[in-house]
Amino acid sequence: MSGNGHSYGEQAGEAAPELAQEAAPTTAPSVPAAFGLFSSDTKKNEDLKQMLESSKDSAKLDAMKRIVGMIAKGKNASELFPAVVKNVASKNIEIKKLVYVYLMRYAEEQQDLALLSISTFQRALKDPNQLIRASALRVLSSIRVPIIVPIMMLAIKEASSDLSPYVRKNAAHAIQKLYSLDPEQKEMLIEVIEKLLKDRSTLVAGSVVMAFEEVCPDRIDLIHKNYRKLCNLLVDVEEWGQVVIIHMLTRYARTQFVSPWKTDDDVVEEYNENNFYESDGEQKEKDRNVKKTYTMDPDHRLLLRNTKPLLQSRNAAVVMAVAQLYWHLAPKSEAGIVSKSLVRLLRSNREVQYIVLQNIATMSIQRKGMFEPYLKSFYVRSTDPTMIKTLKLEILTNLANEANISTLLREFQTYVKSQDKQFAAATIQAIGRCATNITEVTDTCLNGLVCLLSNRDETVVAESVVVIKKLLQTQPAHHGEIIKHMAKLLDNITVPVARASILWLIGEYCERVPKIAPDVLRKTAKSFTNEDDLVKLQILNLGAKLYLTNSKQTKLLTQYVLNLGKYDQSYDIRDRTRFIRQLIVPNEKSGALSKYAKKIFLAQKPAPLLESPFKDRDHFQLGTLSHTLNSRATGYLELSDWPDVAPDPAVRNVEVAESAKEWTAILGKTKKEKPTEKFYSESEEEEDESASTGATESESGSESEKEDKEEGSSDESSGSSSSSEESSDSESDSKESTAKKTSGAVKESNAEESKKKAKGISKNRNTSSSSDTESSSSEGSSSDSKSVSDSRSDSDSGKSGSATSSKKEEKTAQDRKTPSKQDVFLLDLDDFYPVTTPVAVPTAAVLSPSLTADLEGLSLSGSSVIDVTTQVFVPTKTHEMLHRMTGKGLSAHYHFSRQPDMFGDHMVPVQVTVTNTTDQKIENIHIGEKKLPLGMRIHEFNPIECLEPGGSVTVSMGIDFCDSTQTASFQLCTKDDHFNVNIQPPVGELLLPVTMSEKDFKKEQGMLTGMNETSATIAVAPQNSTSLVIIEKVVKAANLGVVPSGQDNIHRFAAKTVHSGSLMLVTVELKESSTAQLIINTEKTVIGSVLLRELKPVLSQG
Amino acid sequence: MLMRCGPGCHCPSPSPSNLIPKRVTSKESCQATDGKHRQSQKMIHSLFLINCSGDIFLEKHWKSVVSQSVCDYFFEAQEKAIDVENVPPVISTPHHYLISIYRDKIFFVSVIQTEVPPLFVIEFLHRVADTFQDYFGECSETAIKDNVVIVYELLEEMLDNGFPLATESNILKELIKPPTILRSVVNSITGSSNVGDTLPTGQLSNIPWRRAGVKYTNNEAYFDVIEEIDAIIDKSGSTVFAEIQGVIDSCIKLSGMPDLSLSFMNPRLLDDVSFHPCIRFKRWESERVLSFIPPDGNFRLISYRVSSQNLVAIPVYVKHMISFKENSSSGRFDVTIGPKQNMGKTVEGVVMTVHMPKAVLNMNLTATQGSYTFDPVTKVLTWDVGKITPQKLPNLKGIVNLQSGAPKPEENPSLNIQFKIQQLAISGLKVNRLDMYGEKYKPFKGVKYITKAGKFQVRT
Repeated sequence: MSGNGHSYGEQAGEAAPELAQEAAPTTAPSVPAAFGLFSSDTKKNEDLKQMLESSKDSAKLDAMKRIVGMIAKGKNASELFPAVVKNVASKNIEIKKLVYVYLMRYAEEQQDLALLSISTFQRALKDPNQLIRASALRVLSSIRVPIIVPIMMLAIKEASSDLSPYVRKNAAHAIQKLYSLDPEQKEMLIEVIEKLLKDRSTLVAGSVVMAFEEVCPDRIDLIHKNYRKLCNLLVDVEEWGQVVIIHMLTRYARTQFVSPWKTDDDVVEEYNENNFYESDGEQKEKDRNVKKTYTMDPDHRLLLRNTKPLLQSRNAAVVMAVAQLYWHLAPKSEAGIVSKSLVRLLRSNREVQYIVLQNIATMSIQRKGMFEPYLKSFYVRSTDPTMIKTLKLEILTNLANEANISTLLREFQTYVKSQDKQFAAATIQAIGRCATNITEVTDTCLNGLVCLLSNRDETVVAESVVVIKKLLQTQPAHHGEIIKHMAKLLDNITVPVARASILWLIGEYCERVPKIAPDVLRKTAKSFTNEDDLVKLQILNLGAKLYLTNSKQTKLLTQYVLNLGKYDQSYDIRDRTRFIRQLIVPNEKSGALSKYAKKIFLAQKPAPLLESPFKDRDHFQLGTLSHTLNSRATGYLELSDWPDVAPDPAVRNVEVAESAKEWTAILGKTKKEKPTEKFYSESEEEEDESASTGATESESGSESEKEDKEEGSSDESSGSSSSSEESSDSESDSKESTAKKTSGAVKESNAEESKKKAKGISKNRNTSSSSDTESSSSEGSSSDSKSVSDSRSDSDSGKSGSATSSKKEEKTAQDRKTPSKQDVFLLDLDDFYPVTTPVAVPTAAVLSPSLTADLEGLSLSGSSVIDVTTQVFVPTKTHEMLHRMTGKGLSAHYHFSRQPDMFGDHMVPVQVTVTNTTDQKIENIHIGEKKLPLGMRIHEFNPIECLEPGGSVTVSMGIDFCDSTQTASFQLCTKDDHFNVNIQPPVGELLLPVTMSEKDFKKEQGMLTGMNETSATIAVAPQNSTSLVIIEKVVKAANLGVVPSGQDNIHRFAAKTVHSGSLMLVTVELKESSTAQLIINTEKTVIGSVLLRELKPVLSQG
Repeated sequence: MLMRCGPGCHCPSPSPSNLIPKRVTSKESCQATDGKHRQSQKMIHSLFLINCSGDIFLEKHWKSVVSQSVCDYFFEAQEKAIDVENVPPVISTPHHYLISIYRDKIFFVSVIQTEVPPLFVIEFLHRVADTFQDYFGECSETAIKDNVVIVYELLEEMLDNGFPLATESNILKELIKPPTILRSVVNSITGSSNVGDTLPTGQLSNIPWRRAGVKYTNNEAYFDVIEEIDAIIDKSGSTVFAEIQGVIDSCIKLSGMPDLSLSFMNPRLLDDVSFHPCIRFKRWESERVLSFIPPDGNFRLISYRVSSQNLVAIPVYVKHMISFKENSSSGRFDVTIGPKQNMGKTVEGVVMTVHMPKAVLNMNLTATQGSYTFDPVTKVLTWDVGKITPQKLPNLKGIVNLQSGAPKPEENPSLNIQFKIQQLAISGLKVNRLDMYGEKYKPFKGVKYITKAGKFQVRT
């Protein structure tokens, strides 16, 4: 205490001015100074002033350090303001920083003096050093002086287009500060926010979304165009930004997408179906036709998919944010994936546990299934703090069901005996809740609770009595024995609540214990005066009830009790006594009511509901402060209900050209600023690495997507990695020219490379990059024509072919730049890795490795052991393309030759047989105008110059169907005529067979579970049950490779899709009684389900 | 009593009128000034560090100043709680919300004004404490007081306007150099500073966790695979619940920009994994290989849980006989610990702690091995056993003295056991190989395994 006494005195002097300032922050500075005179620090401050004025930096630094120490302790140092502010322009960075600290603390109080420093900041805002620019902006925006609002506004605007993303990040922070200083600036600030939202740097994303949430959370329209970008950048944003973005996107998604919960059961299937049609470009039509089926918006899916990896974050807040996102947005069947990660967080600190358990408690009420597998993780340890124990208990109670209740009750038995009595009492309540919820165990629980009545601890007994009372009330049956037992206990129990409960029970069920009840009344009448009020009221009740049922025995006793009550000290009791007397004792004055006294007192009372305290919390968004407090916190943003009809999804489409331009501009400038920066080196490093670890096609695919990204269409192209699900709702013919051009390029590069293709693209890469630039650039576009075409798909609507081609040139030009550096990396691999200066590399790491890795994974990467093989079977079935009647004598048939590598890796080879049934020569048969859905390409056959009458010629062509069963329509032209023809591929032809070992198959299969798995049970015709027949049939129906199988009854087939190279794993497992389980695992769920549908009849028919 | 004097001494009001009504007015007045700035005061507004005796020894405001008196609500809640562990992490006051963590005998109390994910704040506060630990070697009141300037500089860098700015230790260390004796001597002579004047390169890149220009003469990479067994063993010795939780802590001292990949012999053991941001997630998804550009220095690479299908080997067993006689003021205590399923390794560092019931006055015990202490105030019995040798099983036995007249304790206390097994990962997890790309030198690599008891509890 003595030590404290000293500090008290010290504080007393300074705390006062502080208070005064808080009341009126604009009061003249003289006030604190006047108080300061009396402070014991006056002298010290004098000498600080001297130090600050000295010419030596070290003295100044010492002074500043001491001042910061004062601020840290909450002491007032405001009188030093003039002396300190002089040093704001100090050359010494540490002094400068400490002055900044001081300014931020006191500028608000000394506005006039603070203005002196402004010019320094304005100068610093132009400093070539980005750190200085950024910190100047930080301080400028942190000194809350209203007069400088215009200056701040200007600085923010300028900084928002700064070259350094770090400065832009600080600009985003400054937005919030300015807004809180002067809300009038809102409109201008929104403009800046809009601009910064377009920013592509992961550094900025989190901060600007934070500013958005702060300033204009209702301007959801600003998000549309940035939605996909934010989703795709999410993994690379720093963890704090992730939390903010995820919460914002949760809100966004609830306003933009329709509920996935309504038809939850058939969600998965519907989703597949629709997705399949979506790529047909018929989505809208379909929507109109089938309103009731649910389609998940591809953007909705994108969000779910891109947040999922974040469940693995080390940051509990991120994990929780994803969990709440899944809870609020995902189809119910998918929300389960978050539970594992949430349970993992329980290993964390006490505070994290507390919040997570609260959220789990809310979740577990609605969806028990989510956490049931983790039941044991919620078992309580004696070392847990009580608040954690109670929460765990709450969850255990929520999870209780018929199956686990016996184990749970055994566990509860241990808890009841806990030394922590508060917890023991909570356990008893939990047992009570289990007993009411699960009727099977009601009796067991009741017996258990009765046993507890003989417990030595009073709180335990009391709690048990209360719970038993509630239980008996819900079960108004034959529990006379228990009541008798409790009546006996009355002598020993002293806790008022418990005594009152027993008395109430006996009164309520006095007809069941007719002998004991009057005796109890007799005993309690004796002790009436010493009882607690609560008990007295119940004694009165008991008396009244007995009077009505058994007046002969108890009339006198009751009147005695009533008389006691009449003169009680508590007016509550006096009131009650008077009331009861009037009601039950008949006299001439008593009105009509007394006739009904019995009905009033002995009416059936509704049983109390034993409910979880977390029952109603779910109307708050999970993971929020409001949820934790169970009350609306200031600034809580309500999560809106799903809209009935989704707003137009097209608003999220982004024009690609504009962003490309913008980016190139930025790129150019950045290069100027830092000439040594190597933009591509990071990706090359990646490549280098992937080459050494055995690159796969899909990996390289995303690789070049990444190149794309660097070249400007960043978000669009990474969005395209999910092309299968991206809605390609704008379809245009202008793209055709692009397609042609691309396919031309493909042809060239593929011609020389087709042989190597089977070994994966890693080889391609080496070849192409070591050869001339031309081939490598064409490789760049061919190996990922998908992403090229897709990135266009977003923008194509109003764009002419020329614009596209010019962009292509630009791209090629940039590509040309790349290989010159690439050569070094790719050729050398790790053995000859050039010694890079350690400084240069990190600056170059503009794209994070993890982003690349993520993009890689978006299309499933196989491992090197999975090789494309030759087809097992070539179907002979031909399809008619052009009938001779419609073709004016020219007929055409086609069949799928299943020859790999004919036209390149994305093409399905088709053999077309053209027959001339006329009696004249038909000249110049070729393919004319093509009407292809988005992304589809055709490799034409060489024109047939002349076809003799009666002759027929077979030619080969290749079609890239983009992994969909869309129809390829084109014109078959002759010299004089042209005919419209279609080719529609069976889904089985969209595959390339691959070989792999059984082990690899299982491994791959293990990774493609859940959403990626479709299965069906089918009847197998008896003649089909031998393995040979099955293999033959399946392979005939689809271009699958046979995987050797160790078991006789299981047949495995594997393939990958022609276009994207996604694995397609088919398992046929023969069961007894001629049924079979057909399982298909693939990332391309659409094709998977169609294939399943097509394979079903194959095996069931003879 | 200690608590009481805390708020009393630190109420900023000079008059003795530190009564609740007065405090509320002061707060309201401060609120009134804030009211001018409208609601938008996001995220973390202020931070107070409070020691166990209730002294506010550091305060930092990122926005306008919040009076210390707001902490009185915290003290109130603290008084209500049975012990420090039970102070609710989130407290609502009329104008603010207080979110606090308790670390190393210090309360970090942050003041929040509007809705914010509470975990966001909690996680951040822990990160602050971690940073202090990292910088000063310990996160104690003295360390913080001694380095108050660095603490302030750190807080300034870590949070801007209440929103985290730089929390990666590698970045912070470039901005503000950790104090060393040598540096402080040099600085005092040359007048140079601890503060970096250029933006750390990591901040701009997408690998913010690694600082640039790392150079070592000896390039080393060490990995510690540490597994902890969480278990609840019931009275009869059967396992109620057991689980293995593991972490891989790394100490990487490699020059330049190494790109490492670490693979396991049996990666499928890992059921649920959380990663340091440096790990490429997709690579793990597809190949079960940890591929990453590591931060410089010490960090936690992953933490994982071993899938629950695997049976957990319990390395020790405990025989116990604890009984309290009815109507007598004494009881018996007899505990033996023995090795079990320890894969031929020695179980060492065994410590048993027991929270005895309140009625226990004292204990007279004899230990055949190690030493024991009983604290009659906290009623905690600690027995430091040391190594278990199967030849002679350690035993602790004797008489328990109970308060006379008090009822016999209802429940026997549960025993918390700690132990350590060197050179063994109990789940059987094994690192297969570590490859380095991107740099030419040959690093020295090392992997160490260790198994510990986590929350290992034996019910009696």
